[in-house]
Amino acid sequence: MSDKTTPPVLELANVTKTYQVKQGLFSAPRPLHALGGVSLRIHKKDVLGLVGESGCGKSTLAKVLLGLEVPTSGKVLVDGKEITPRERKLQARRIQPIFQDPYSSLNPRKSIEDIIALPLVAHRIGDAASRAGSVRRMLDLVGLPQRVLKGYPNQLSGGQRQRVAIARALVMNPEIVICDEPTSALDVSVQSQILNLLGDLREELGLTYLFISHNLAVVEHLATRVAVMYLGRVVEEAPAAELFAGPRHPYTQALLESVLTPDPNLSVPDTHLGASYPNPIAPPPGCHFHPRCAQVRDICKTTPPPHVAGPQGHVDCHLHAAPAR
Amino acid sequence: MTTEPILKVENLTIDVPMAQGTLHAVRGIDFELRRGETLCIVGESGSGKSLTSLALMGLLPKKMRCKAAGLDFSGIDLQRQTPKAMRALRGDRMAMIFQEPMTSLNPAYTIGDQLMEALLLHRPVSKAEARARAIELLGKVGITAAESRLGQYPHQLSGGLRQRVMIAMALMCEPELIIADEPTTALDVTIQAQILRLLADLQREMNMAMILVTHDLGVVARIADKVVVMYAGEVVENGSAREIFENPRHPYTRGLLRCIPVPGKTKPGEHLGSIPGIVPSLIGKVEGCAFRSRCEVAEDACSSPVPVRRPGTDHAYRCIHDIPEGASA
Repeated sequence: MSDKTTPPVLELANVTKTYQVKQGLFSAPRPLHALGGVSLRIHKKDVLGLVGESGCGKSTLAKVLLGLEVPTSGKVLVDGKEITPRERKLQARRIQPIFQDPYSSLNPRKSIEDIIALPLVAHRIGDAASRAGSVRRMLDLVGLPQRVLKGYPNQLSGGQRQRVAIARALVMNPEIVICDEPTSALDVSVQSQILNLLGDLREELGLTYLFISHNLAVVEHLATRVAVMYLGRVVEEAPAAELFAGPRHPYTQALLESVLTPDPNLSVPDTHLGASYPNPIAPPPGCHFHPRCAQVRDICKTTPPPHVAGPQGHVDCHLHAAPAR
Repeated sequence: MTTEPILKVENLTIDVPMAQGTLHAVRGIDFELRRGETLCIVGESGSGKSLTSLALMGLLPKKMRCKAAGLDFSGIDLQRQTPKAMRALRGDRMAMIFQEPMTSLNPAYTIGDQLMEALLLHRPVSKAEARARAIELLGKVGITAAESRLGQYPHQLSGGLRQRVMIAMALMCEPELIIADEPTTALDVTIQAQILRLLADLQREMNMAMILVTHDLGVVARIADKVVVMYAGEVVENGSAREIFENPRHPYTRGLLRCIPVPGKTKPGEHLGSIPGIVPSLIGKVEGCAFRSRCEVAEDACSSPVPVRRPGTDHAYRCIHDIPEGASA
């Protein structure tokens, strides 16, 4: 799958993003570390599944990759070359998004043709005739009939709209597609069609995906690698098969336990995640996860966890620090 | 299970008048429920599952027309109740938990006020007693420092906490029937598991009847005693949870189960099953099996009225074909 000898198509090197949040009218703004030093490498044709609870920084990460947010520090590299804020347009050509809700991500007053052609127009690629040709090719690619071209989003079903969003993302021939919860607004029977389509397109076009989802069964199905985020940090990263077979971080373990497989012989699992998600403005000291951790030790309450790198990935956890238990 | 059902729904239909004609949103559904049982209504958007639960609560918009041969809640004919009588029932003997706790809690009142209101409306209790009950229930739904929470406003709570408050509110009067419409859809997986566990525990403890409306088959399998699968306003399959998941018979149920990746069973990257086509329009006259346009085993006879097979057993389904146990559709 991932060839370690070639440079990754997309790399994040210690990216941080800090927002200044005002809590009251007269109080001084306080920093919110949405991303606290994220390093990730995505190789060509990989599908990196990004999982974590709401507020963990998944969407901020996607925005940084799309150039919609400028990182506070750290670097974003595409094919080993750093992307600076000035090169945003270049970044946008190579990295394209598919958003969660196809009802709000398509402009209701534009025809389907205009929606799909918009990236080409914005980047001044080709003339009207060649754009029309590209749009038609995209429709075939995503399995939509040509007759929808002159139609409007409100005439399409949710699944068809998401296909339009995929066509719009692919019309620029991007190498990397950021899929932010692409199926969670869709019905079960439509969800599987979109997942199949995404899988086929990856094979056909050699695409690389960053696949953000809270549905772990879907991530297990599609991803080749998985990164687990908690409070702005990637706490565990590993090949998908390895991570699902043997999660190492206690948070990953709890996440996997909460997956509800359709088995009528089982009841609802107890995740042992007692306390609720911490306030990101005032994160707990030491390991951010320690107040909810079932295997918490004294050191976790005071010292940030070490970065334990393995041959295939890493885990940030005291339990896996050098002299093993 | 020899006790009398607490809820009996017979031939319930809901029609929605629209500019283009009448939309037959729910077309003659039946089910019944006993105390201590959990019934899951599964279906995709537009299948009529949410309207059904609103109809039970008497919360359908006025322009919708709701008819039933029987709509009986522990001896009370819900169709004959005045709006005032329904208001007295709701929140007292039957309660509802909605999907979006942010829109169903009033942002201008503290959660304490909103919790106590339910009890003060329905029972002759003092404010102090209502307050004590509110604290007790907040503790029961796993909210720590319950007393200090009473003075907080909904926006000060996280999504998971808000949903816990909603559950506590629904339980204030110890209802006999609780209807939860997608109670965990807006929540994270970890919180979802906690909330479902909580609902299941409380339901057992208070011996309530629970109806859970959802599209998530994983949730259904884990929590349901009985399952009703709805498609285009009809019940297409109906039975015990074990039967539905282990021996699904209706082609739609089988299709749905093939659509979701199951860890350990589905090979990663492999094509998932899918159901081609879209849900038919329910405006105007709907005849025969509504699923036939998407069904692999459809034939001409499917356009005539479809019989219910094995009615009255623990596993009934509506299909022209007599589908044997375990056969693949």
